[in-house]
Amino acid sequence: MRPLLERQKYLIDYTLAALLRRKTRNLGLLLVYTLLVFLFASVLLLGQGLRREAALLLQDAPEVIVQKLSAGRHDLLPAAWLDILQRIRGVGSARGRLWGYYYDPAVKANYTLMVAPERNLETGEIIVGAALARIRQIGVGDYLGLRTAEGQPLPLKIVGVLDSVSELLSADLLLLSEAGFRQLFQLPPEVYTDAVLTVRNPREARTVASKIALALPASRPILRAEILRTYDAVFHWREGMVFVALGSLLLAFLILAWDKAAGLSAEEKREIGILKAIGWETGDILGMKLWEGTLLSLTAFLAGYLLAWWQVFHGGARLFAPVLKGWAVLYPDFRLTPTVDLQQILVLLAVTVLPYIVATLIPGWRAAISDPDAAMRE
Amino acid sequence: MLFRSSTHFHKADVALTLLAMLLLLFGLALADAAWHFHSADGAASRALARELGLTDLSLFTEARYTRHPTQADRHGPFQDHPAALDHFPTGTLLPPPSDLALHSH
Repeated sequence: MRPLLERQKYLIDYTLAALLRRKTRNLGLLLVYTLLVFLFASVLLLGQGLRREAALLLQDAPEVIVQKLSAGRHDLLPAAWLDILQRIRGVGSARGRLWGYYYDPAVKANYTLMVAPERNLETGEIIVGAALARIRQIGVGDYLGLRTAEGQPLPLKIVGVLDSVSELLSADLLLLSEAGFRQLFQLPPEVYTDAVLTVRNPREARTVASKIALALPASRPILRAEILRTYDAVFHWREGMVFVALGSLLLAFLILAWDKAAGLSAEEKREIGILKAIGWETGDILGMKLWEGTLLSLTAFLAGYLLAWWQVFHGGARLFAPVLKGWAVLYPDFRLTPTVDLQQILVLLAVTVLPYIVATLIPGWRAAISDPDAAMRE
Repeated sequence: MLFRSSTHFHKADVALTLLAMLLLLFGLALADAAWHFHSADGAASRALARELGLTDLSLFTEARYTRHPTQADRHGPFQDHPAALDHFPTGTLLPPPSDLALHSH
């Protein structure tokens, strides 16, 4: 066993010496290789982390939401609809929700305003999300001035800031009382933004949705299952789009790696010829080439993956913030729960490590089986 | 091919140690994920989602149909006027809600 290990150590020694003889070229390749793995792994880990976070946090989203559509657009829902919904067989409870958007020209940000009945807020009181508080540099006790639909200033006192732990859900939220909401948007008392329903038997949610669509043809029921499916699709789609963009980078790398690994230089061929002439066997040369491919590609893979891991799960995925943010001003400061998918790791390994090892081995083998004399003369 | 058996310093030891350390860190990352998979429940965020009936992540706050993609109607991205183009950057990366996609029914 020991001689075998010693033999492998000598082979690695020789491989490292050979790699270091072309230091700049190989270090450059290692850096590009690591960067490539880092980018692909970052996209995979971010997509997977966000999918898991959405699935975890939104499993408590409303079972069924009912909107009213008018001319294909979301319209205000009449309070009378709540009674109709309540009477549909299978519906547990139905309550109206009030929420909407407010564009704040002071910071050019969109807020999501929502009535929070369980918080027992007074008319002039609000609770704000952590990102909103950060961007406006306000806190508990401060006043936030909004303009009503009629253009009148409406000062609102901040009585709380939502916990930053839930920033991924509440970054831009502004919670207020029903009276405050109706005063701000000048809404009559008999309308709501939409309705949320509970269903007695969750397995019948789809049947209940069909009954709602029959009873109220202008309605659009949205199921929790559809919400979860949408988020799953959103991040798969984004991953796919980024992969298309990264595809050109992958192709460039493949050309570089193939050129480096497959096209042995005359110097390398002569080197293999000399090694054969002084007694190395084909197996030794293949072993040396295998170590060369493995050391380089595995180091790049592990370093790239670990950097991506740190960046996504401990660095707040800041690298991708500009892509996710778009033109938005408010962006949540979130920490994703580390998550792993063995299948993804295997695919990443197969796409990045295996081709390089194969591209190193095959030309090495071809040079190793040729006549040493011919190889040295080339 | 003959090798001398000796105990002198190998460059291979340094390279293999480095590789072993990277593998160890990789293993720790996987273990960290496995541990979080069972322990993380996002209780505070889930309670907020339950209380307020939240339906979407506040990741893309630039437009209403990207802030609440699950609640958006078909016309959300083209709201400005007939034949308007969807001009928000997020819109180019965001597919329509799955329940509005043609294949869903």
